[in-house]
Amino acid sequence: MTPVGIYPVPFTAAEARALVHGMLRIRRFEEAAAELYGLGKIRGFLHLYIGEEAVAVGVLRALRAEDNVVATYREHGHALVRGITARAIMAEMFGRTGGCCRGRGGSMHLFDAATRFYGGNAIVGGGLPLAVGLALADQMLGVRRVTACFFGEGAMAEGAFHESLNLAALWKLPVLFCCENNGYAMGTALERSESQTDLCAKAASYRVPVRSVDGMDVVAVRAAAVAAAAAVREGGGPQFVEFKTYRFRAHSMFDPELYRPKEEVELWKQRGPLHTFTDRLKAQGLFTEADFETLELEVKKEVEDAIGYAEASPPESVEDLYRDVCTPTASA
Amino acid sequence: MTATITYRDALRDALREALQRDARVLLMGEDVGKYGGSYAVSKGLLDEFGPERIRDTPLSELGFVGAGIGAALGGLRPIVEIMTVNFSLLALDQLVNTAAALRHMSGGQFHVPLVVRMATGAGRQLAAQHSHSFEGWFAHVPGLRVLAPASLQDARGMLWPALEDPDPVIIFEHAQLYNLSGQLEEAGSVDLTHARTARSGRDLTLITFGRMLPRTMEAAQALAAEGIEAEVIDLRVLRPLDDTTIMRSLARTRRAIIVEEAWRSGGFAAEVSARILEQAFFELDAPVQRVCGAEVPIPYARQLEEAALPSVARIVAAARALIGQQSA
Repeated sequence: MTPVGIYPVPFTAAEARALVHGMLRIRRFEEAAAELYGLGKIRGFLHLYIGEEAVAVGVLRALRAEDNVVATYREHGHALVRGITARAIMAEMFGRTGGCCRGRGGSMHLFDAATRFYGGNAIVGGGLPLAVGLALADQMLGVRRVTACFFGEGAMAEGAFHESLNLAALWKLPVLFCCENNGYAMGTALERSESQTDLCAKAASYRVPVRSVDGMDVVAVRAAAVAAAAAVREGGGPQFVEFKTYRFRAHSMFDPELYRPKEEVELWKQRGPLHTFTDRLKAQGLFTEADFETLELEVKKEVEDAIGYAEASPPESVEDLYRDVCTPTASA
Repeated sequence: MTATITYRDALRDALREALQRDARVLLMGEDVGKYGGSYAVSKGLLDEFGPERIRDTPLSELGFVGAGIGAALGGLRPIVEIMTVNFSLLALDQLVNTAAALRHMSGGQFHVPLVVRMATGAGRQLAAQHSHSFEGWFAHVPGLRVLAPASLQDARGMLWPALEDPDPVIIFEHAQLYNLSGQLEEAGSVDLTHARTARSGRDLTLITFGRMLPRTMEAAQALAAEGIEAEVIDLRVLRPLDDTTIMRSLARTRRAIIVEEAWRSGGFAAEVSARILEQAFFELDAPVQRVCGAEVPIPYARQLEEAALPSVARIVAAARALIGQQSA
């Protein structure tokens, strides 16, 4: 074990490599998805997470297998890092039977029972009450588990946010609320849509402990998530963490990006989570360009394999249209 | 000897039985605990089962219905009470976008064994924000099962099988039925798939559900005095709808009137009517008729409210007119 000393939490070189690997997987997977969208292989909405990778990677590396994850419609990254295979995600976006939801969900609705991944929720704020309920079940059944719930700063204008924070705080439920503040609710900047732009102040008004961290720094994200998840796991009730981040790509593939200056995007790109972290690791001699190339090759293979799998995966027969509307055992 | 019991008692007995039989069952909603339920359905249950399982919630319909969905996913068997039907609109997002869709959207990986109960309907002078009937809206949604208990038997027997259903079930309790009293023949579970023939008759079929059942039965009595024998069907289960019982009846009576408390346009009666036309058009001797609520936000004043609802007189008049029409 080689401790990476300058960081606030001790972790190993292997962990550093895992963080790079996670972010790189998301980056390359989504770049491929965007290309496949252009080719018409993926349709519907496709919301890319590129630029925000440090948040999903840092938080999910701080969770355990038994924890729950509730995410949004910008969730390819969370799904990948959580352990849904690139194959199952890509096939889902292709709308094939090999997809994690047999092509019923698509990009916005990735679900996976095995990794306790509860979506893929495309109603902004819709996942928060769900997370509260999952945590209520754990509390009542005596299961020690963290439910991590991701949402954007736009969701904090929804009633669902306020109702959920109140319930979670009132009942001291084990929820880790993870706000991915990328500055824009689709095309509307935070200061144009919310009177209180201090997001922690909003959450703190429900007497939920809060912290705000640089979401472009995977180490800071991980450290905050480790601390907050530990507090939740110890039974102290919910925690709220704001991750200040930025979406490098458009909101969706239909977005002409008229609402933000190109210079702003460029400035944030200079703070990109992937290259800033690898540069720091390299400067400390913990990571080399050759290491990076090895990971690149590994990820390239994984993405190519996923695309091949998705292409080969058969489409669902339309005779199965009504499959999974109701549970077959229920007389319907 | 069977004891006299009210619809409210029957619902409470069903809740108690569910809470006793399955430790995963909890009841949550506004004022279900200390207050005893806004219609006193859960009165006394807090003392019996404690505040964890008889759980008062803040006024957050979206939040606590969504939490009910999450709790169901997490292994509990929650019963969520929404105080009144109009408030359910605040939770419509969670019910339609999540509870009803989750199984399909997740490719069958997750299902939501949630039961939602709510008081529905007019008749208590509660005006335009506490008196409507949105059963038809919910019955529009695939993935939900929609129940409308109108009898003591159903009030007592629908809850347990609803909890056993792996998918979300919405139960509409009509506010005007809570004081209905009578003899409960058997306290067992009932089926959640079939309509019930509440009265047999040969001349026409009156199809209804909820609080319109007693009114329709009264109308059938009045018609019998005139020599018109009406069959009355209590739909009970609005989704999935039992077409067979309806069509079997129409094959004999050849005339149908649908009685629904809700607004006519785009209402549930329209769906029943369309199914009859699709499946039994050539059996009919006369056009299908509807007796529905007036298309007005329910007004406060008693005479106005009453005028907005299908009355026994209107049902009787519609039946007479229909019988008067000769077949070609």
